[in-house]
Amino acid sequence: MAEVHDRPPEQFTLKLRRYDPESGGAPYWDEHTIELEPHRSVLEAILQARDRFDGSIGIRCSCRQAICGSCGIRVNGEPALACHTHLDAAKLSAENGVIEIEPMGNMPVIKDLIVDMDAVHWKKIQRVTPWLLAKQPVPEREYLVSKEAMVDVTQTMACIQCGACVSDCLAMEVDPGFIGPAALAKAYRFVGDPRDDEQFERLNDLAQDPQGIFDCTHCFKCVQACPKDVNPMGQIMRLRRIAIGDHHIVDQNNGERHEAAVTGLIRNYGLLHEAEMIPRSYGGNSWFAKFTPAAGKELLSSLPVIIKGVLRGKMNPKIAIFGHKIPSADLKAVQAIYDKIESRPERYELNLYIAGEDEETAPVAAAVAAGTSADGGETPDAGETPNAPTSPEGSANQ
Amino acid sequence: MKVAYWPGCVSRGFTPELHGSMAKVAPLLDIELVELDRACCTGAGVIAEHNQELADTLNARTFALAQQVDGAELMMNICSTCQGAQSECQERLDANAEYRAHVNTTLAAEGLTYETGLTNKNFLWLLVEEIGLESLAARVKRPLTNLKVGPFYGCYIVRPRERLGIDAEHPRDHYLDQVIDALGGTVIEYAGMRKCCGFPIITMNKEASLKQAGRHLGDAADADADCLVTPCPLCHLNLDLQQPLAAGVVGRELNMPVLHLPQLVGLALGLDPKELGLGRHVVKPTSVIDWSTSVVAAAA
Repeated sequence: MAEVHDRPPEQFTLKLRRYDPESGGAPYWDEHTIELEPHRSVLEAILQARDRFDGSIGIRCSCRQAICGSCGIRVNGEPALACHTHLDAAKLSAENGVIEIEPMGNMPVIKDLIVDMDAVHWKKIQRVTPWLLAKQPVPEREYLVSKEAMVDVTQTMACIQCGACVSDCLAMEVDPGFIGPAALAKAYRFVGDPRDDEQFERLNDLAQDPQGIFDCTHCFKCVQACPKDVNPMGQIMRLRRIAIGDHHIVDQNNGERHEAAVTGLIRNYGLLHEAEMIPRSYGGNSWFAKFTPAAGKELLSSLPVIIKGVLRGKMNPKIAIFGHKIPSADLKAVQAIYDKIESRPERYELNLYIAGEDEETAPVAAAVAAGTSADGGETPDAGETPNAPTSPEGSANQ
Repeated sequence: MKVAYWPGCVSRGFTPELHGSMAKVAPLLDIELVELDRACCTGAGVIAEHNQELADTLNARTFALAQQVDGAELMMNICSTCQGAQSECQERLDANAEYRAHVNTTLAAEGLTYETGLTNKNFLWLLVEEIGLESLAARVKRPLTNLKVGPFYGCYIVRPRERLGIDAEHPRDHYLDQVIDALGGTVIEYAGMRKCCGFPIITMNKEASLKQAGRHLGDAADADADCLVTPCPLCHLNLDLQQPLAAGVVGRELNMPVLHLPQLVGLALGLDPKELGLGRHVVKPTSVIDWSTSVVAAAA
């Protein structure tokens, strides 16, 4: 195979979103054709366009090796680091072969591809108290922390503050006050740190805030956007889990009640009982929830929807009242699984970022992606408490 | 083909027309559905948020039940959220033999074991990859000529790409477009087609949730879509059931019918709109689109 670096220069056309708020003019598109080897970066292409055709193109960059986080932009609608996106790949995902380059979303544009990170991203980072609130007394020398505990927070420490996840956050798109994926991932960096003294206070603050951990819509946009595999949404889910599971924080946003309602209803019925989900999410995980003022108010406001749904036959009255269940023997088996797992002294988790994947499973993953059945694989020995795959910490830091 | 069929909860609860229409469409596509009626809810991401091992074990139980179905080529679901939640659990179970063994210890109480290698596909993926677009097009009795359909993918079936097996060879995030096209309809692209419907935060931040639904519906209307189609019943709840409230939040008329994927396929395969449950929607497609002619066309 020929070395990729041996490929000769090619022409690439860039369609750049231009905007200078100070000019008073509207944003517009600008096209430039540059010539570079296909393995070179979109950043190099933008810089060449600036050098050769228009010195006024605004772009922020520094390290050119995907570590400083300065050159976050959108390439063909998707957030990316300009220096970390190859031209050939960008052309492949472009409509009609023209590479579309825009500034990141959810942040005001200062000029062309430069957005105001201070106004949004850094303000949100500051919101989560992004420093260690040390346990007292501070040791004379260093804190001694287990290696596993620190490995646990390395995933969030991999963040380079590029803002790609902020740019793509769908919750922030409709609710700009949402603390957002980058800042909440940063919050986990300290919530998960055994040296920090204010785990409860941090979590209570983020759970009670209407634009905190329960404002995330679970859309996976940030997971896909992150160039460093920080998995911000996964960190938000961990914050929720520790807030509810370990600290039993009952928030004013129905976050805890909603989780209790869904997990409780599935435990009781095996299936989701939708008609009970709403009142229980507002009034608490009980059949009587619907008679609480909070649930009553919500049901009243949803009355037009409920009436229409019933009239159209969307809601079978029998299922709406009694729910639907799986067969009783299966329900018992499901409940036995709940009992066994929920009674463990510590939650048991597998974080693939830390544990990695077994080598022998690679063909299976490939087969699934290819849409074909793979071999059955080995039947594992039953082991009650394996240690390798667990995330390093027990319940406190998961 | 015979499939172990996981319908999910909502398709049998608040969107019964989804499960019903799948049952009508399956024989026309030579799909034999063996319903996994012993399986429990996937947890829709909420159980995983509560306790990852619990979610993985409950879903491993479903996978093990699917593997017991004699002669089934794969497992099929009709809910994007189920697909996403199950794929996440399966990723962990398949990645690590010790973890899988640990989960199987719990399943052993029922004599069940999950072994790697289960293929689990949403009906959308199965349509394109197993039945094939050409074969699908060949079965069309009533092409959706002149019907402008906006695909609504939602989130769980398009992200994260690697986990869901989306790549250049398997552009699963474009399959709805391809299916609409194969059925003779016109694909309408609009801003919100791969965005969140808002359902996951309906009880936590109702205004933001309905604003999401309302904006996408409005975007589709502005792009001149006659209707939307979605592979996700939870998206359907926010886009159709809650549409009157969403219209209030975004302050505009929406009146956008939202079809379940099997309903759209069923229409093109010649089924009667009524037996596909189209009258059960809050925004009745029949009030906006004239299905009575052999060639489906937008109502005047």
